[in-house]
Amino acid sequence: MKINRFTESGNWILDRFPLTKLWNDHMAHYYAPKNFNFWYFFGSLALLVLVNQFVTGILLTMNYKPDAKLAFDSVEYIMRDVNWGWLIRYMHSTGASAFFIVIYLHMFRGLLYGSFKQPRELVWIFGMLLFVALMAEAFMGYLLPWGQMSYWGAQVIISLFSAIPVIGDELSLWVRGDYVVSDATLNRFFAFHVISVPLVLVMLVFLHIVALHEVGSNNPDGVEIKKYKDENGIPLDGIPFHPYYTVKDIAGVGVFMIFFATVIFYMPEMGGYFLEHANFIPADPLKTPEHIAPVWYFTPFYAILRAIPDKFAGVIGMGGAIVVLFLLPWLDRNPVKSIRYRGGVYKKALFMFAISFLVLGYLGTQPATPTATIVARIFTAIYFGFFLLMPIYTRWERTKPVPIRVTEHHSIDEQLPALFEEITELKPSTGEPDHGVFRSSFFSRRPNPTGIRHVLTRFAKKLVESLD
Amino acid sequence: MKKFLTLSLLLAALAANASEGVKLDSADIDLSDNLSLLRGAKHFVTHCLGCHSIKQMRYLRIAKDMDVDEKVILNDIAPEGAGIYDQIHSAMNKHDAEKWFGTQPPDLSLIARSRGQDWLYSYLKSYYLDPKRPFGVNNLVFPDTAMPNPFWELQGEQHATARKTIYGEYVELIQHEPGTLTEKEFDVMANDLVNFLVYVGEPVQLERQKMGKYVLLFLSIFFVLGYLLKKEYWKDIH
Repeated sequence: MKINRFTESGNWILDRFPLTKLWNDHMAHYYAPKNFNFWYFFGSLALLVLVNQFVTGILLTMNYKPDAKLAFDSVEYIMRDVNWGWLIRYMHSTGASAFFIVIYLHMFRGLLYGSFKQPRELVWIFGMLLFVALMAEAFMGYLLPWGQMSYWGAQVIISLFSAIPVIGDELSLWVRGDYVVSDATLNRFFAFHVISVPLVLVMLVFLHIVALHEVGSNNPDGVEIKKYKDENGIPLDGIPFHPYYTVKDIAGVGVFMIFFATVIFYMPEMGGYFLEHANFIPADPLKTPEHIAPVWYFTPFYAILRAIPDKFAGVIGMGGAIVVLFLLPWLDRNPVKSIRYRGGVYKKALFMFAISFLVLGYLGTQPATPTATIVARIFTAIYFGFFLLMPIYTRWERTKPVPIRVTEHHSIDEQLPALFEEITELKPSTGEPDHGVFRSSFFSRRPNPTGIRHVLTRFAKKLVESLD
Repeated sequence: MKKFLTLSLLLAALAANASEGVKLDSADIDLSDNLSLLRGAKHFVTHCLGCHSIKQMRYLRIAKDMDVDEKVILNDIAPEGAGIYDQIHSAMNKHDAEKWFGTQPPDLSLIARSRGQDWLYSYLKSYYLDPKRPFGVNNLVFPDTAMPNPFWELQGEQHATARKTIYGEYVELIQHEPGTLTEKEFDVMANDLVNFLVYVGEPVQLERQKMGKYVLLFLSIFFVLGYLLKKEYWKDIH
């Protein structure tokens, strides 16, 4: 090839910076298992949402005023008078909730396929640190619009520090910078939200990915693909991340964006869950709202806090609910990773854990009535039971044999045509002449009740079987 | 397992003790009905602006969104002396307000987003006579509200009667002094006003929904292309 100025200057950089090496190490020659399924989209989606939060967040700071007197109105100014301000703000507020949806699914994937187990303990720890940093980021960001829920939510959560014996009151005073949440609190939360925590997040994302690429990705079979390599040292079940997973993730991004855009354009408040109704009232330190509820992504932990009668014990419980997640790699004593080959005990336990997380999440949004508190206590016990009893029940788990290589599963889109054939039947010919489009198989078929019944029973049987 | 599932459903249902409230009438909101919005704006300026601002809103924005001339807004809707670029502020002095009502009337820019359209609509219609209150009226939807009934002349006066049915007790409002408007006319007026307040809560919402269609169309095409690209690349993997 003729060397022109352009390639020359490119070479000048490559001689001095290992761009090719970086690209190859992490994209083109990073071998990922070829059997990733639906659950493996959420890592790259989390990165996408992080970028969305950065870009929209920077644009928001250009018009936002971190001042107790101006903050609320400046947000409305963005919503009304700034060009495209409403879109930027909704992308940011919806992005916050989307971030947690994606991260919770990403973490649940880890529980399903044992991605936290040896040798990926550090990947999990970095991920958990990311989760904690993300919660701090979201909590401090929520104060900034300076609405009633921003204000009183922060007031309630910061006052939890005062439950700590001896130093509690001094500590919460130090965090707030005042005796109540005030302008001083707003300013420091702004600083943390836009500078410190984002920096921490970026560094942790870097560590999370470096640690992951060192040990390699897990997969739905929980098989280590690095054990079986070809003569060139390439895992037999591995495919280069780029282009295979980059193009696959593009399709995943498409689906995610459709959901994301639907919320932004048609239901930005999401029925009061993404943007709480009471947060459209400016913060008023003299008027406590009847019912203070944090945003939905904190409610499981908030429900645990309220379920425990003693305030300090409640704080410990809430913190403990997150700390136990850090210990997961050492609580699970079963070497089998994937849920596909694990015993019924773990499947049932994980199912109950998922239910308890959802129920606690719901209860956290509701006022604490006596019945609700009792229910919250039961599910708090299940939540902790899942983790703390794990060393016991994972020992007498009856596992299935784990395959040596990854197995082949047909993805949903490959199964669809056959499924369609099964649940429909050909319409009896009406004698009318067929024309054009309507001759295609889609219009000449009608639902077939027996076929549907077969599919449903097969599905139910599979579900029951998989529980043992 | 099954027992556990039913039990958790049952418990969750038990815990969902929805708070008992007054049944709200539903407002008929149509943000594309510019005439209703303009009537609502006029009602707002006539009956509400005396005490309540909608400071997040400018007169110009109404003119632009309703597609009417700025002069029409200034002459027919805005109060005397208001400029087209002005935010919609009430002329009432804050200290006077405290003195007269015991509290400052809230800004209503976002009231439709914090309270909801049906609440507003029902609130405006639910005043009844109550000699115990400083202004002689109380409200069924917002008990002991500090606000006097701005529409007493138009709506007439209502009094509250307790009714008993097999389902329990409820309060019914009965008109005992007719107003200058018929019941139907008053409902339309209250609805126009709420329609306007819903618009003021988020002026961009109609535009947002219109734009959403194109964004979703684009994303659907993007997804189909992305999916086909993936198929093409993955042909040889199995």
